[in-house]
Amino acid sequence: MGFFLETLIGGLMAGMLYSLVALGFVLIFKASGVFNFAQGAMVLFAALAMARFAVWIPDWLGIGNPALANTLAFLAAGALMFVVAWLIERLVLRHLVNQEGATLLMATLGIAYVLEGVGTSLFGSDIYKIDVGMPKEPVMILEGSFEGGLLINKEDFVAALIAAVLVGLLALFFQKTATGRALRAVADDHQAAQSIGIPLNRIWVIVWCVAGVVALVAGVIWGSKLGVQFSLATVALRGLPVVILGGLTSIPGAIIGGLIIGVGEKLSEVYLGPMIGGGIEIWFAYQLALVFLLFRPQGLFGEKIIDRV
Amino acid sequence: MSRQIGEVILDLKNVSLSFGGVKALTDISFDVREHEIRAIIGPNGAGKSSMLNVINGVYRPQQGDIILRGRRFSRMNPYEAAKAGISRTFQNIALFKGMNVIDNLMTGRNLKIRSNLIQQAFWWGPARREELAHRAKVEEVIDFLEIQHIRKTPVGRLPYGLQKRVDLGRALAMEPSILLLDEPMAGMNVEEKQDMCRFILDVNDQFGTTIVLIEHDMAVVMDISDRVVVLDYGKKIGDGAPDEVRANPEVITAYLGASH
Amino acid sequence: MLYRENGQFKTSYAADQQIFPIAQDRWAIVGLLLFAFVGIPLLVDEYLLRAILIPFLILSLAALGVNILVGFCGQITLGAGAFMAVGAYAAYNFHIRIEGLPLLLSFLLGGLTAAAVGIFFGIPSLRVRGLYLAVATLAAQFFTDWVFLRVPWFTDNASSGSVSVSNLQVLGWQIATPVDKYLFCLGWLVVFALLAKNMTRSAIGRQWMAIRDMDVAAEVIGIRPLFAKLSAFAVSSFFVGTAGTLWGFIHLSSWEPAAFSVDRSFQLLFMVIIGGLGSIMGSFFGAAFIVILPIALNQFLPAFGGLFGVTISTAGVSHAELIVFGALIIFFLIKEPHGIARLWSTAKEKLRLWPFPH
Repeated sequence: MGFFLETLIGGLMAGMLYSLVALGFVLIFKASGVFNFAQGAMVLFAALAMARFAVWIPDWLGIGNPALANTLAFLAAGALMFVVAWLIERLVLRHLVNQEGATLLMATLGIAYVLEGVGTSLFGSDIYKIDVGMPKEPVMILEGSFEGGLLINKEDFVAALIAAVLVGLLALFFQKTATGRALRAVADDHQAAQSIGIPLNRIWVIVWCVAGVVALVAGVIWGSKLGVQFSLATVALRGLPVVILGGLTSIPGAIIGGLIIGVGEKLSEVYLGPMIGGGIEIWFAYQLALVFLLFRPQGLFGEKIIDRV
Repeated sequence: MSRQIGEVILDLKNVSLSFGGVKALTDISFDVREHEIRAIIGPNGAGKSSMLNVINGVYRPQQGDIILRGRRFSRMNPYEAAKAGISRTFQNIALFKGMNVIDNLMTGRNLKIRSNLIQQAFWWGPARREELAHRAKVEEVIDFLEIQHIRKTPVGRLPYGLQKRVDLGRALAMEPSILLLDEPMAGMNVEEKQDMCRFILDVNDQFGTTIVLIEHDMAVVMDISDRVVVLDYGKKIGDGAPDEVRANPEVITAYLGASH
Repeated sequence: MLYRENGQFKTSYAADQQIFPIAQDRWAIVGLLLFAFVGIPLLVDEYLLRAILIPFLILSLAALGVNILVGFCGQITLGAGAFMAVGAYAAYNFHIRIEGLPLLLSFLLGGLTAAAVGIFFGIPSLRVRGLYLAVATLAAQFFTDWVFLRVPWFTDNASSGSVSVSNLQVLGWQIATPVDKYLFCLGWLVVFALLAKNMTRSAIGRQWMAIRDMDVAAEVIGIRPLFAKLSAFAVSSFFVGTAGTLWGFIHLSSWEPAAFSVDRSFQLLFMVIIGGLGSIMGSFFGAAFIVILPIALNQFLPAFGGLFGVTISTAGVSHAELIVFGALIIFFLIKEPHGIARLWSTAKEKLRLWPFPH
């Protein structure tokens, strides 16, 4: 029982990170109908920037305080993501308005290549560490309730907490601010939103920018856990089944889908893995999403698709 | 006219259709006789298009029966309907935009193709012969509709009026026994309307095709149809020969608003 | 004035339905084939065959298959690499497990197995479309990646999923030298391209395109979506699967699952989009572009850097390659969303009218 719970909690925490990546997908899809395959590359790019700035900035400015250096690096990386968002809108999206979904998807793959190339050219392609002072040591909890207690990784816990806070902030942003309302209006109907004077191009910059910040947070968390390396770009492929499960247009869907996939992966790896061989995590998530597609194509929380003749 | 109106071939009994609580059609019954031109009219949102969609199985009614040549269906499906000889045109032209006119019409011959995938891949005897035979048939339709000059043009590049004609052509290529026309003259100018009227009457006259048509232009409807069904808010409010319908007080109210 | 069809009148529908109705085109294609079969083996060195021409031929075949599914039937796939893998590993198993099975038969059986798997993973297309379908095909990709890596039976218990073949013979012809390999792949491609062309100009091709352009209307005129979509998946996977067998047996001769990873799938999709969706010709253009581009960049970038006195390291070149590749893809999508095939046909239109532009 204790082991099962440990696995479950481990899954939930991994799931929270998937949720973060999925959130990036959903934000962009909602506002611009683009399925952003570059989300993973954005995570890599942001993490690389963060890791390098955290080293470079103290050198340039002669700052000794690691907390200040990290904050500055985070802000600098955030600013860089804003520039990236702006460039993407300027150079790519603006020219592809009203193109088909497949074309846009390919364009984001192109963006992903460019980001990976630029990122590794600017920041190098070694494995870097991000140290934002996340607690590393595991802790025991609930020793009273179970024999042996539950072994929990503090780092995962903090990461999950950060993710949860970010999601909360985004929800507030969407519901309470004027920009958030404009974003939702654009998501509902591009043309109608434009006709009442919402500037589409600016909204897109904002949304890509928000997705960039989400990518940065995800990158920092993943990076401090596993190190910043090229394979970070593949988290996009991990996030895909999550959005299918949750529904492409639903923020709560991204969260819950992430948790389900996280738990499902861990449980399947631990309990199913030994029977049919290891490494089943990634395709297991996809098969789960696939089964879901067959029975509920719009996902858990997505809007139902109605065809008209 | 040479044609003889025959027996009832399509009979709709107590058809009701709703979309998640919104009633589109309520308890509608009417019949269509062989070789006749039957019009369905009514104000916007009366349920006319839904009616056609029920007849060829795009929508599935919750209640009622469709009796086609004595066979009873509680719901059609589009493929079955096509096999039973029902073809149709669409209000918002649903042509295959990436294909040229010939290929669009050739899709209409699809149900008559007997050769299989392998034979087609090798362009083998039967497949090749069939392709030529159907091409000849399609050329007849092209001649009939007077669209020879655009036969190799991708339909996406054609002007609206011609697209409508190609849409009719694709339906005719199926050699249907019942042809459903969803606003065939919407958005056309007077000349185009005259042409389209002529084609509809010719189809009916030369091939004996039964025609069910939705149209907004009253003058045209009253002129070419044998019998007219009037729908309003998903209910049937009138049915009969054009003159009868025109004199029906309920119909007049529906069209002109409050009582006169 | 060279390229005119004036005076070439068709007197039968058969003549009008030829693959190349214009006489100049027929001569051009005959010339091209002669050059490919006779000229190239005489003129070209081994490196060119091995590094460019053989990969080009095989990937063209795979791109043809992907184009049938994506370009003609409108069903997007990100899992083409999976079907290459299925083709290659299935053919491998037929090859080693059935004594004396002719190689050609192993290849075809590999393709058929890929077709069967393709039908299976095509089932979601009956319920979902677009991006959702893309995810379903990715499921196929990751599943096959795992199967060939972790299930030892498929690789004859070879560790890490790596397998190899040697001593290939087709009807007594020993395929050993690069020229043999090139000729074999070329012959195979010509036959399959012809089959693809025939299908796309017959009833089955019209069914695919009808489903792509307007699926509701297609059903109303009596096309069954189930048959049309699944047949597209089957035919496409068959093509892609046989391309996989060629890639494994002929090009690599020893391979592991990474040869057919998700990157391969993306690459194939790029080929058909850049080449031209729904165009047989486009598949060739796209394959050529994607095969040649990295090699060209590899040669060109250091020289370009040298021009400005900058030495670009090997790592630098590979990063720059990514950037240029990504940028070119975006550029193409913006400037010519219909791909190189459209540029080609526009050029032909112009040539027809030349030298009188109006």
